[in-house]
Amino acid sequence: MKITRQEVEHVARLARLGLSGEEREKMQAQLNAILTYIDKLNQLNTSEIEPTSHVIPMTNVFREDAVSSCLSQEEALANAPDRQEVFFRVPRILEE
Amino acid sequence: MELTALTIHDLQGLLQRREVTAGQVLRAFLKRIAQEEGKVQAYMAVTGREALTRAARLDRRLDKGEQVSPLAGVPLAIKDVICTQGVPTTCSSKILEGFIPPYDATVMRRLDQAGMVLLGKTNMDEFAMGSSTENSGYKITRNPWDVSRVPGGSSGGSGAAVAADLCAGALGSDTGGSIRQPAAFCGIVGLKPTYGRVSRYGLIAFASSLDQIGPMTKDVRDAAILLRVFAGHDPCDSTSVDMPVPDYTAQLGREITGLRIGIPDEYFIEGMDAEVETAVRGAISVLESLGAKAERISLPHTEYAVATYYLVATAEASSNLARYDGVKYGVRTGKARNLLEMYMKSRQNGFGAEVKRRIMLGTYGLSAGYYDAYYLKALKVRTLIRKDFEEAFKRCDVIVTPTAPTAAFGLGEKTDDPLTMYLSDIFTISANLAGIPGISLPCGFTQAGLPIGLQLLGKPFDEATLLQVGFAYEQATEWHRRKPPL
Repeated sequence: MKITRQEVEHVARLARLGLSGEEREKMQAQLNAILTYIDKLNQLNTSEIEPTSHVIPMTNVFREDAVSSCLSQEEALANAPDRQEVFFRVPRILEE
Repeated sequence: MELTALTIHDLQGLLQRREVTAGQVLRAFLKRIAQEEGKVQAYMAVTGREALTRAARLDRRLDKGEQVSPLAGVPLAIKDVICTQGVPTTCSSKILEGFIPPYDATVMRRLDQAGMVLLGKTNMDEFAMGSSTENSGYKITRNPWDVSRVPGGSSGGSGAAVAADLCAGALGSDTGGSIRQPAAFCGIVGLKPTYGRVSRYGLIAFASSLDQIGPMTKDVRDAAILLRVFAGHDPCDSTSVDMPVPDYTAQLGREITGLRIGIPDEYFIEGMDAEVETAVRGAISVLESLGAKAERISLPHTEYAVATYYLVATAEASSNLARYDGVKYGVRTGKARNLLEMYMKSRQNGFGAEVKRRIMLGTYGLSAGYYDAYYLKALKVRTLIRKDFEEAFKRCDVIVTPTAPTAAFGLGEKTDDPLTMYLSDIFTISANLAGIPGISLPCGFTQAGLPIGLQLLGKPFDEATLLQVGFAYEQATEWHRRKPPL
């Protein structure tokens, strides 16, 4: 097995993704099949090859540091699942 | 002929000569949608009421003899991955149910300025992840040529809507073939522009180094017209390139005598679908009869493209989709004792199986201990794939391949096996990894009456040549005139 049950649980936690027991089991089997297929990349020697993260030869793009229009507070909050006054409301972060 | 069967350029002529009004055109489409949409299920939402208001406003301006914009009164359908101000945009995901963008994507703003009428938002694979539109969180779209088959994906709603005459033209997005493959399955034209040609501002991100928006249309001229309207630099997208946008229609009709077309050995492999091979070989003969010179070429790293793609695209997706946390927008699920539990539950309930799989694969490939073996390795192989094309384009102007290994497959046929589904993108994925443009256009039909797609791949920012060659082929054939038997 390329990916263990424990690794599936670890990665799901890294991704902040809840998975049921059934989902975890299926996920492990499917990820194993996909990772086994992906192993074919190891047929290639890439020790001397530069990575391509982006196809366009550009680095940082800057603009003038000027004030321009942006969303109003009301617009920015309009889609929030929960809000209070002008804030996004979330469940407790720190334990009591 | 029915108004709904016309191309964008046909409608432009009628509208500008005032032989029809924008209202008449729109009502013809709304009527056809009322009759046929139930069979196809292409739309997430039809924005009929807003469209009628807009068409009436455009008609008043046109009646006054105001300067006519190029798309004035042309009804278009937009893939639900593109933000439309005030109109729900879900990416066909439950996690974005009810999301109403507070702003328009740049492509929307440009189409609006050109006078288009927004007809509705089209169904897709959730977050554009899929090749059949079966991963939609809401509905199954059917192929208008055979409603027991998929329309392709992820832009399957747009593809089906264009093919079934439920819109004059549509927009899709293409990360690994999501415009070209549904265009092939639905028998229409689909163009993925060069990475950087079109602004991605307001395109809900899947894989940011691969995503591009492009037109899906009834013929090549329509694709040229739409691309011209929305391509070009945008200060809101730092990856859009500041290069002039040519008039893509100007090159249509020019001869292709002497044009060098490359035929890659790796795209014509043993065991490939015989009907697809015959149709594509036939198309190559047509191009040769028009004066093009065909030459065998090699793209030696083709067989590694799918593996590379599913590491690069999922890594980027896992990062992009971190924003769906149930805080600023989207759906928050259930009661949670703390913030972490709220994140985990909202994402568990909001995302579908394929999206979860890709978030997991991407997170795994980026995680400590696996980054070098998977993500970095894939970026290096991506370089090899890109260089294959650079070498090939020293010897040819356009590369000709099938768009997909088969015609449209059956609903449910590949849903249990993600890897088999991934392999259906084998001919389209490389173009995204290399950033080059590609177009799919109809080049024949199977015995069963399903469309087959021809793919042309071009040099970076050379969409004009793709459109020129596609147009020459289209003029010499009749495939694009066929309509599905709905």
